[in-house]
Amino acid sequence: MTAKLLDVSSLTIAFPRGTPVADFGFAIGEGETVAVVGESGSGKSLTALAIMRLLPRTARIASGSIGFRGRDLLALPEPDMRKVRGREIAMIFQEPMTSLNPVLTVGKQIAEVLRLHEGLSAEAARKRSIELLDLVRVADPHLRVDDFPHRLSGGMRQRVMIAMAVACRPKLLIADEPTTALDVTIQAQVLDLLDRLRRELGMALMLITHDLGIVGQWADRVVVLYAGRGAEEADAGPLLEDPLHPYTKGLLAASPRLDARLHYTAGALREIPGSIATAQREPGCPFVPRCAMALPSCRISPPPLEEIRPRRLLACPPTAAQEQANASAVGR
Amino acid sequence: MTTATERVPEAMPESDGAWRSLRAFLRNPSAVIASLFLVFVTLVAIAAPLIYPEDPLSMVTRPFLWPGQNPQFPLGSDTLGRDVAAGLVWGSRISLIIGIAAMALGVTIGIVVGAAAGYFGGRIDDALVRLVEIFQTTPSFLMLIVLVAIAEPRVESITVGIALVTWPTIARLVRAEFRSLREKDFVTAARGLGYGHLRIIFIEILPNALPPIIVTSSVIVASAILMESALAFMGLGDPNRISWGSMIGAGRETLRTAWYLTAVPGVAIVLTVLALNMIGDALNDALNPRLSSER
Amino acid sequence: MLENRRLLRVLRRTVLQAVPTILGIIILNFLLLKLAPGDAADVMAGEFGAATEETMAMLRQRFGLDVPVLQQLLAYLSNLAQFSLGQSPRYGVPVSELIGQRLPSTLMLMVMALAIAFGLGIALGTAMALTAGRWPDRVLSLVSLFFYSVPGFWIGLMLIVLFSVKLNWLPSGGQETIGAGLTGLDYALDRLKHMILPATSLALFYVAIYGRLTRAAVLEVSSQDYVRTAAAKGLPPLAITLRHVIRNALLPVTTLAGIHLGGILGGAVVIETVYSWPGLGRLAFESVTRRDFNVLLGVLLLSSFLVIIANTLVDLLHAWLDPRVEVR
Repeated sequence: MTAKLLDVSSLTIAFPRGTPVADFGFAIGEGETVAVVGESGSGKSLTALAIMRLLPRTARIASGSIGFRGRDLLALPEPDMRKVRGREIAMIFQEPMTSLNPVLTVGKQIAEVLRLHEGLSAEAARKRSIELLDLVRVADPHLRVDDFPHRLSGGMRQRVMIAMAVACRPKLLIADEPTTALDVTIQAQVLDLLDRLRRELGMALMLITHDLGIVGQWADRVVVLYAGRGAEEADAGPLLEDPLHPYTKGLLAASPRLDARLHYTAGALREIPGSIATAQREPGCPFVPRCAMALPSCRISPPPLEEIRPRRLLACPPTAAQEQANASAVGR
Repeated sequence: MTTATERVPEAMPESDGAWRSLRAFLRNPSAVIASLFLVFVTLVAIAAPLIYPEDPLSMVTRPFLWPGQNPQFPLGSDTLGRDVAAGLVWGSRISLIIGIAAMALGVTIGIVVGAAAGYFGGRIDDALVRLVEIFQTTPSFLMLIVLVAIAEPRVESITVGIALVTWPTIARLVRAEFRSLREKDFVTAARGLGYGHLRIIFIEILPNALPPIIVTSSVIVASAILMESALAFMGLGDPNRISWGSMIGAGRETLRTAWYLTAVPGVAIVLTVLALNMIGDALNDALNPRLSSER
Repeated sequence: MLENRRLLRVLRRTVLQAVPTILGIIILNFLLLKLAPGDAADVMAGEFGAATEETMAMLRQRFGLDVPVLQQLLAYLSNLAQFSLGQSPRYGVPVSELIGQRLPSTLMLMVMALAIAFGLGIALGTAMALTAGRWPDRVLSLVSLFFYSVPGFWIGLMLIVLFSVKLNWLPSGGQETIGAGLTGLDYALDRLKHMILPATSLALFYVAIYGRLTRAAVLEVSSQDYVRTAAAKGLPPLAITLRHVIRNALLPVTTLAGIHLGGILGGAVVIETVYSWPGLGRLAFESVTRRDFNVLLGVLLLSSFLVIIANTLVDLLHAWLDPRVEVR
């Protein structure tokens, strides 16, 4: 296992009217791609914003720590945090249409981050911006650099966002649903681009998505988030082969698989009954209202994410017990 | 970490929008204070003949009494020995009458023009938009002076003049509302039922366009009062009636020695207009809860 | 290059749209003034004492007031086509000469007032938005509501009481110290001193309007995704506000600025009266009371024309600020 680059532990984000992320933890190694998976409202974007320390003003980090290269980001003074943003940790967002400033040329927007963090002159920054546009495979970069965002397609804008994000060779790139707003045909291109840049620039990638379909191809490790709590964490292959948490199972059954064999044999997609909104009222495991195998003990307190075997974490005591029994049966 | 008591609040019980707006309005302290002040001004205006039965233009004491000098004339007296307080009380009538009447007339014209333009579209719209543009390109106060001077300054002509320079504001607003509302399903449904244009415009669409019109109306009353006072200040008020603006105009002659003659009626204007604008703001917040809650 | 061509297209569109408006204004104003009872001949005759029917008829004939209205309109239009605003029956000089004497004063006053309104309004609005919901916002909101509710002529008089009468810091009227024979910098300073009070009185109402508009626009823009992007780049708050927020918030503010230009010109009439400022507003007011309709018509047309020019400038400014503006 690679050294830990980012280490989020027992993170709790509180709003005046609720706690959308509670006691959540995960880690990202150097150069690794970790997918954080969950449906909308599960708290994945809030977690990303907490790492960037860009949460909305009404939000409060009630507990937890965010370790990054030996520092706790939550304890960093704001001016120091600003040196982390855009330079060591960069972020791209779901909506490329609205994430770029409409009144500045794309070149100026890329140059801005270079001038800020690397102190480049206007001319040097412009030259670098053109190189970066070329790096993210924008055609005719020396022309596009003077274009305003509204002249570009969604896919192109997301490439510009990516160029801006990797401009200072960050150690970690957070991509919050980077392809959700894009055409299906563009999705794979953008993800391939992110993956190539990750390898070439040696950065880690935190890929936030609600789509388990893209996880197998692009992620090393997967964290499944449900109602602000970790449900399951594992390497991508084993998780997709053998999902353990009832929620992961449900998600998998509900996603169209890129794997054609399974897709055709599995037949119709199933949906998970109920909705995530019910989770807020649960004192115990948040998934209880939608879980077919819930036990009375599940309703008492939220189960912690525990290692049930190497590199495999699960927050479902009944399943864990069953796994244990199976393992010992096999062992015997 | 998280507790069971921290929950998403229950959905608000469905209640009548008008009632909810009224409650929101009444919960706003500045709106309540402003409303009470306006009620007070209105009562004073109505009761003017009872409070000061004398003609406010008659001389009742020695000139240049400063406010507080003589308890019988709490706000003092002017260059001719007229009671400032009496002038203030009688002046409130002109301000309120012209403010409200000009607003009513202007809003009516604006609704008719705006509704026709927005509802029918096409050529009618083009022509009416051009008309609105012509009015809005001419500096409105200059236009008002010309109108009032031509028609001889009287309460009626001032009212009509102010209405003529304010209707384009309402017309623009109503046109925009109608353009978006005419595409709505309930309008299509009304058309399908074979309702006439007049019925669709006034019974189906207009009530839905009312909230922004109401908000703007309160601001228009305020600006009408300001316009009237400016006219009267320039000597284009009704010469037979005392008005706050004309008091300021008269006080200006002795600005250096007796500035209170200018200050006192000005304060009356400011307070009244301020109250109306506060009500306008509060109405805006109450009628557009979505916008205000975001802030 | 491309950028300039885009701005030129915007300019052409605006000018083309203005032509029918101007024509409408001419005709409407002309007919309006013809509705007025009494004309220059009446007023002049009244001032000279008794006038016989013959003198009146002669006066009217001289001023071209004895022919049917439509013919007068056509005569006026053909005059206009030759860039002539006609003669003032009253002063016996071309209207353009009278207006030309007054125009610079009014323009200076307007530009100064606009600058104050814009500068102060945007600063006020930004300050309110950045402290939204907290006490600085509440206090400043009340201040701007106060500015919004005060009659300009009254605040003008109160400023005179305070700064001219009590403190004796600034002159109470006129546009320069008459007979002082100042030159160079002293002269410029003297003019500036005379302008501060009238421009401020004229501007306060618009400070409030632009302040409120800016507040709303800044709040709206602050919640946009690209502001979050800017923060994610690590930009400090001031850079985010200046480069990303205000630049975008100015778009709706400038669009609406055009609508208020006519208002500022109208307000100038009253303010010029308060400060005895020798501008167009005074001229208009004097020509109303003297029934000098050729001058009045000239002032009305010119002020509409000024508003249209200003609107065109605003359109260009808007197009320059917002690259998305295109000719439909």
